Amino acid sequence: VNSLLILIPVAVGLGLIGLVAFLWALRSGQFDDLDGAAHRILFDDDDQPPPKS
Amino acid sequence: MIGATSILKSSVASPSAAAVCAHCGEPVPQGGDARFCCAGCAAAFEIIRELGLEKFYVRLARSARQRALRPEDDSAVDYAAFARTDSRGETTLHLMIDGLHCAACVWLIESVLARVPGVLDGRVNMTTRRLMLRWRGTAELAPRFAHKVAALGYRLVPFDPTLATATGDTRERELLRALAVAGFAAANVMLLSVSVWSGQAEVMGPATRDLMHWLSALIALPAIAYAGRPFFRSALAALSAGRTNMDVPISIGVILAAGMSLFETLHSGPHAYFDSAVTLLFFLLVGRYLDIRARGRVRVAAEQLVTLGVRMVTVVAPDGSLKALAPAAIRSGDIVLVAAGERIGVDGRVIEGRSDLDASLVSGESNPVAATIGTPVFAGTLNLTAPLRIEVTASGEGTLLAEIVRLMEAAERARARHAVLADRIARRYAPVVHATALLTFVGWMLLGDAPWQQALLNAIAVLIITCPCALALAVPVVQVVASGRLMRGGILVKSGSALERLASVDTVVFDKTGTLTLGRPELANLAAIDPACLGAAAALARTSRHPLARALARAAGPGAPAAGVEELPGQGLRRVWSAGEERLGSRAYCGVDSNSRPAPSAPELWYLRTGGAAVGFSFADHLRSDASSTIAGLVADGYRIALLSGDRPEVVSDIARQVGIADWRGGVDPAGKCAWLAERAGEGRRTLMVGDGLNDAPALAAATVSMSPSSAIDISQNAADLVFQGERLAAVDIALAVARRAMRLVRQNLALALVYNLAAVPLAILGYVTPLLAAAAMSSSSLLVIGNALRLSRGRAR
Repeated sequence: VNSLLILIPVAVGLGLIGLVAFLWALRSGQFDDLDGAAHRILFDDDDQPPPKS
Repeated sequence: MIGATSILKSSVASPSAAAVCAHCGEPVPQGGDARFCCAGCAAAFEIIRELGLEKFYVRLARSARQRALRPEDDSAVDYAAFARTDSRGETTLHLMIDGLHCAACVWLIESVLARVPGVLDGRVNMTTRRLMLRWRGTAELAPRFAHKVAALGYRLVPFDPTLATATGDTRERELLRALAVAGFAAANVMLLSVSVWSGQAEVMGPATRDLMHWLSALIALPAIAYAGRPFFRSALAALSAGRTNMDVPISIGVILAAGMSLFETLHSGPHAYFDSAVTLLFFLLVGRYLDIRARGRVRVAAEQLVTLGVRMVTVVAPDGSLKALAPAAIRSGDIVLVAAGERIGVDGRVIEGRSDLDASLVSGESNPVAATIGTPVFAGTLNLTAPLRIEVTASGEGTLLAEIVRLMEAAERARARHAVLADRIARRYAPVVHATALLTFVGWMLLGDAPWQQALLNAIAVLIITCPCALALAVPVVQVVASGRLMRGGILVKSGSALERLASVDTVVFDKTGTLTLGRPELANLAAIDPACLGAAAALARTSRHPLARALARAAGPGAPAAGVEELPGQGLRRVWSAGEERLGSRAYCGVDSNSRPAPSAPELWYLRTGGAAVGFSFADHLRSDASSTIAGLVADGYRIALLSGDRPEVVSDIARQVGIADWRGGVDPAGKCAWLAERAGEGRRTLMVGDGLNDAPALAAATVSMSPSSAIDISQNAADLVFQGERLAAVDIALAVARRAMRLVRQNLALALVYNLAAVPLAILGYVTPLLAAAAMSSSSLLVIGNALRLSRGRAR
């Protein structure tokens, strides 16, 4: 039974990490353009200049 | 690189009649330089080649639904007014893009912008077809950057993102966040609950069980407080307005379930419903999110159609300079310049120029009419042959547009407020449920000798088990699946309750021009014309934008246009060359005696050459290819069909006979259409109005439900509940069939939810409901309803 005291916080903690990661992705706009993201990957980046800061 | 050169080679090697432009893919008109159709395309090709982005032409997959990449003059567009500069000196501009064919266009625009010095960020959103442009500097630089994209052939429309869709976007985000929280909580609480349920039968002691309950409470209570807000807010709003909706029983159920579980946990009781409460919220949020997302997509698509259709009006300032303004900013007395081929954006009077006007979207009249100085013109009319200067005579009240808008507003007020089915049910459902819970409490107090806590627990169990999860999902899930299915077929469902109203329709009313017909003339007497004569006339016709000339050129097939052709607006085309004089134009212009050949009702062109006899070409506005079969199908399904048109009765009767509509009327004005619909409504009939013109807009608003083709004028698209794309009228039939099937599924879903409640409520009243039973019943009924709705996305529409 004592193992529960370790395992339950671990399980909930892992879930929380997933939740926070999702909310972060949502906030940083990764779900804004799902169609574009699906196609963008098909183009090589070799002809793009390095991204400007 | 390879693709670009091969395109060049092929077009250079075979400068045939069917050559297409190397940039935009449109046919090249002249025989000379066969590579490009115009100087704009040649310049765009050069820009792309200079930047080393020729791969674009290999990657490009042209879509027939998008406009061709032919650059237009954008010097008059006021980009700077929409640019916003922040405190760091960075300016942002949001633009809507017309002409995005595929992902290669996204790549091209972003690559070009990345090479422009000064641009910090140029990002295209392919889902919403928008471009966000950010640069260091002032707003005045906007035209310079925007022109880089416009020069490639894309049409850009600046817009203010804070006005456009902000509310919808933030609501969607909030729901998605709530959904994530509820999903996390549901999974973890369920994990703990399963161990309680399985442990109870075995060896779990009460102390461990209480620990599990406390942990569940720790996760569930904050999650419910956060994820339940959309429902609580809506329920509060309804209650404070003295009404009830579906969210009221949901909120009561969830809050009571959480409250009672907390009470049980405090007293070491066995019955904690945390899992039910959170899972319930999760399922409901899934339904809500899908619903708002589907509607958001449709809204974006519909907005796009309308916004891109709105053209800036070119105003001539007193000093002679040109300025593009939104139609709303035009004052009475302004002078407006309308180029040939442009739609007139104002009501006014012609003060300079001679041209032909196509008023088919305004009045339904299919024949172009001549305009000279003094002719009154109306917004929505297409200027065909020559530029016109128009003095704006009226703004606001008194214009045809204002008249139409007033009729529309009156019609919308008159349209009986349609109560959404789900809310209608909730209004009857909630009192019954709450009364049952009260009776349970009273019953246990009087009949059973249980303490009051036990009676209260049983009453609350009734509320939890009747929380209308399946009921709340029954309608939106079907709507999401149905509108998704229609959207794939090119039909946009704009209004939430449109499908419900569509399913109740028994009469379908069509407009003629542009709805039953394609709204453009086609050559009708091709068989009777000598091919040599057709070829000569078509060579003249290819130089003009007049719809009859274009129809003649289309009928003759590809070929070279004649050189040295002069166009006399309102009369015809003329060329004088070595072989003599040729004329193509109106009956009077070609000297045809009206007495010897009576004028037909259809539009016509005459061709005359020196020494020859005049040859007549007659035209007809062709029906959409599947108009007759669609009408026949609707009649077979038991719908009553009617045809209402603003065109002349003889033209209307002809069309009505061709498609087999017995009930038709010609020469009906907008108010007359509304009156006709009101009469039908008085007879208790429910009408679907299908129309595209300005004169249809009030009728579209007045009918039970309405549809517009995407070629319709923007006001009509706004007024219509559904907008269909493409040339096939079968969209009407498909929309009706899907709506009927969707309503059948909604009824099935409601019946399923009801059966589940009838089975579970007696158990709850008798006090036999356990948390395990509640969780199983709720999840399974929700999944059953969703699964049933998904059947709609498969199989044929009927």
